[in-house]
Amino acid sequence: MLDNNLLTGKLVRLAAIDPETAGPLWTKWRLNSEYTRMADLDPATANSLKATRAWIEKHMDDWLANEFEIRALAGDQPIGSIGLGGEIKIHGDAFVGIGIGDPEFWGKGYGTEAMKLILCYAFMELNLHRVSLDVFDYNPRALHSYEKAGFKLEGRKRGMLLREGRRWDLIYMGILREEWLAQVSTNGAVQNKN
Amino acid sequence: MNISTSLFDGSLIRLGSIDHDKDPEIESRWTHDPTFMRMMYTDPMRPLSAFQLKKKYEALEKEIDEAKNLYYFRIRARADERLLGFCDLRCSWPNGSGQVRLGIGSAEDQRKGYGYETLSMLLRYAFSEICLYRLTAVIPEYNLPALALFKKASFTEEVRRREALARDGRRWDECQFGLLVDEWKH
Repeated sequence: MLDNNLLTGKLVRLAAIDPETAGPLWTKWRLNSEYTRMADLDPATANSLKATRAWIEKHMDDWLANEFEIRALAGDQPIGSIGLGGEIKIHGDAFVGIGIGDPEFWGKGYGTEAMKLILCYAFMELNLHRVSLDVFDYNPRALHSYEKAGFKLEGRKRGMLLREGRRWDLIYMGILREEWLAQVSTNGAVQNKN
Repeated sequence: MNISTSLFDGSLIRLGSIDHDKDPEIESRWTHDPTFMRMMYTDPMRPLSAFQLKKKYEALEKEIDEAKNLYYFRIRARADERLLGFCDLRCSWPNGSGQVRLGIGSAEDQRKGYGYETLSMLLRYAFSEICLYRLTAVIPEYNLPALALFKKASFTEEVRRREALARDGRRWDECQFGLLVDEWKH
């Protein structure tokens, strides 16, 4: 039988991106510079609701083609987004990006579960060979979450970022299909997501 | 080296600009060589006509003008001014980091020291002219000449993205090499 519970865990579910919902939330979240500096190499900026919504609409079919809204199951509340990009079709390798925009939901396992859900989607639906990510070394909470989801360290680009007057490494991580499958056979498919 | 030492003239090669009349025919020949294309790019190789390359150069010059983070050169032999290849630097300004690429187009011009001199001049450009803090080179593990070239220029392997590339029915690692300004030997 197929596991048709692909997008739902115990804390969160993955849902579609709608510019009407995402526009105001992304605009608000990105004004929290702590959040934006964990998400981007580029300088944090203040973008209008109009510009944010237009950007989402413009990129729905390319950059956001594999982007999902993360909703907390309690209240079905949107708390962030997660998506896959990169050489998905040619090399079967996607870069995953995740942001929990609402700080109320930091450090409580919501992001880790969303990551486990998207890995399941990446390997069981998109049939990828591997999933990649990069993370800044001033974000140990994210690093820990990614390790819990099964990612392995693949290296660090030394001093890649300059922020607050010092240099920070950009850390690369990856998980191979076979590693993810081994995790699933140990934990069981559903348990692995949760 | 000082302010009057040329950034663009080496002993074997010269860094210069695109020749929109002559270069398309020459580069078109390179794009028909799967070895060159697969060493240079990770997207599927396909030959390009002179017509397609003319359009590509126009798009490239538009990007250089608008994005203000791309520095692109054609490599020519000092001996006879013939086109040898091309190279570029792509920068992230707020972080002072850049990514470097270079290619020598035809097999008979490879392993002659043109690549090494080009890279040495690009490093000077990156660290003394646009004042970057670090450079990255992204190299598939099957590109042995590039791995040797960047190691010779003091780059260090920093990242190995396991099995990130699919070619010829098997998986290959993608290597990322880095060089910091303090490690640059000039």
